[in-house]
Amino acid sequence: MTADQARVLIAERFSGAQVDGAAPVVVSVARDAWLDLARFAKETLGCRFFSFLSAVDWKDEGLEVVCKVDNLDAGLSLLLKTRLGPGVSACPSLVPVYAGANWMERECYDMFGIAFEGHPDLRRILLGDDWVGHPLLKSYAVDTPYPPYR
Amino acid sequence: MTIAAPRHVELDYTGSERLTMNMGPQHPSAHGVFRAILQLEGETVVGVDAVIGYLHRCHEKLAETLTYAQYPSIASKTDYVAAMTSEFAYVRAAEMIGKIEVPKRAQYLRVIAAELQRVASHLLWLGTWCLDMGGALGGGATIFLYCIREREMILDLFESLVGARLLYGFYQVGGVRYDLPAGWVDTCRQTVDVIDTRIDEYQRMLEDNPFFQVRTQGVGVISRELAQEVGIAGPLLRGSGVAFDIRRGEPYSSYEDFEFRVPVETSGDCFGRYKVRMAEFRESLTIVRQALDRLPDGPISSRPGLKSVAQTRIPKGEAYARVEGARGEVGCYLIADGSAKPYRMKWRGASFSNLAILPHIIPGHKVADVVAIMGSVDPVFGEVDR
Repeated sequence: MTADQARVLIAERFSGAQVDGAAPVVVSVARDAWLDLARFAKETLGCRFFSFLSAVDWKDEGLEVVCKVDNLDAGLSLLLKTRLGPGVSACPSLVPVYAGANWMERECYDMFGIAFEGHPDLRRILLGDDWVGHPLLKSYAVDTPYPPYR
Repeated sequence: MTIAAPRHVELDYTGSERLTMNMGPQHPSAHGVFRAILQLEGETVVGVDAVIGYLHRCHEKLAETLTYAQYPSIASKTDYVAAMTSEFAYVRAAEMIGKIEVPKRAQYLRVIAAELQRVASHLLWLGTWCLDMGGALGGGATIFLYCIREREMILDLFESLVGARLLYGFYQVGGVRYDLPAGWVDTCRQTVDVIDTRIDEYQRMLEDNPFFQVRTQGVGVISRELAQEVGIAGPLLRGSGVAFDIRRGEPYSSYEDFEFRVPVETSGDCFGRYKVRMAEFRESLTIVRQALDRLPDGPISSRPGLKSVAQTRIPKGEAYARVEGARGEVGCYLIADGSAKPYRMKWRGASFSNLAILPHIIPGHKVADVVAIMGSVDPVFGEVDR
């Protein structure tokens, strides 16, 4: 499975997908196709290695979820992206496809407040349960006080 | 087949109740602050909830407030046992976006530092892991002190190179910060030779020891499939039969110039991970020797010396750079907006992903095995919590 073959297969299967790049191949899809894309990457493209999942806050344009998976045997890397849209912070969970998404999505929820639908155990992972807010949002100032500390 | 749910084991347990036992966050075997809430039936663990985050400093937010010149020395505070690696990943991501060339000499110096760091990190792992498993292993603290003694030699080398023993700030965008001081190459060669002979000694101490074999063989088995799906990397992945090493798969910083093996074990247990790391010691030493032999002359950075912290500007773009650290894939996903600071930075800490395997493999083992399994994963909590 080369990057070119992967690009063709993705374009055939996901008509709305934007595909570019070679290492990694960057694939952007709508939120509805997110889980299908992950399943397709794992089962058809052989990307069984789960590298990481995170998000980017594009301010007025809303949040974008980013996930990287690899086919280690073929040397194929995919960077999967989906824009959630302004004001939306819900996204389908990838845990049914990749076990490694469990902790990564918990971290992403902790930092960005994204509710991953279908996650078996969505709670904060790095910050305390009583933390207020989600620090990696651009609207969260670095010097936000956290009583009794600051 | 999906293996999404952490394992839960049902035993024919006739005892009166299931016991919840708290392990940590200050437990001597945790190598840092880690809390495991174990569900026990008798001596057997049937469920585990891992609690992390005690060392969280939000490096990702911090990186958005610091410039490309400032952050590399902070990056070393993520994985403080292998500080060189995290600096490496960060500067490489910035160089990929900015298409910044790195001079050949700097590339070799980066390789030497990274490989010595891997040896130092594996030494600390071996010592502490064997200490955790207790008195049966060559008198308990013996191997720990041996390993610390050898690690000290590498820290001395780093100290004469950088001036610091633990957190370096050696890598910078475009090259490295310091050239080798006089006599360093000879000292380095001697150190490498000494450590090479000592590794034989450790192996003789451990592998003939029936207690060591019983405590590691068949304990904490990770299947090839589960390993990939959870995303564990480095010696853990190779100990589960996946022959993947970033230095070989997508060579960076002139790794294609060096000859080395990628050790793989198929057993997937603690002993397999031990064997992989022991073989990696030797491969790292081989790479250091080759790099010292062929060290080219020339500049150590492609950029002018720093006069202000905001001097390095990276054009708009994004990149994911990964390097093969002592614990596996250390990745940095960087988004630059053209200013002197990144718009967004994501750390893929190898220890975070590696630790996520614990809820899948611990259930079904005895409490004593939890310690052996955790040590074989080699987590560094600065990198788990970032």
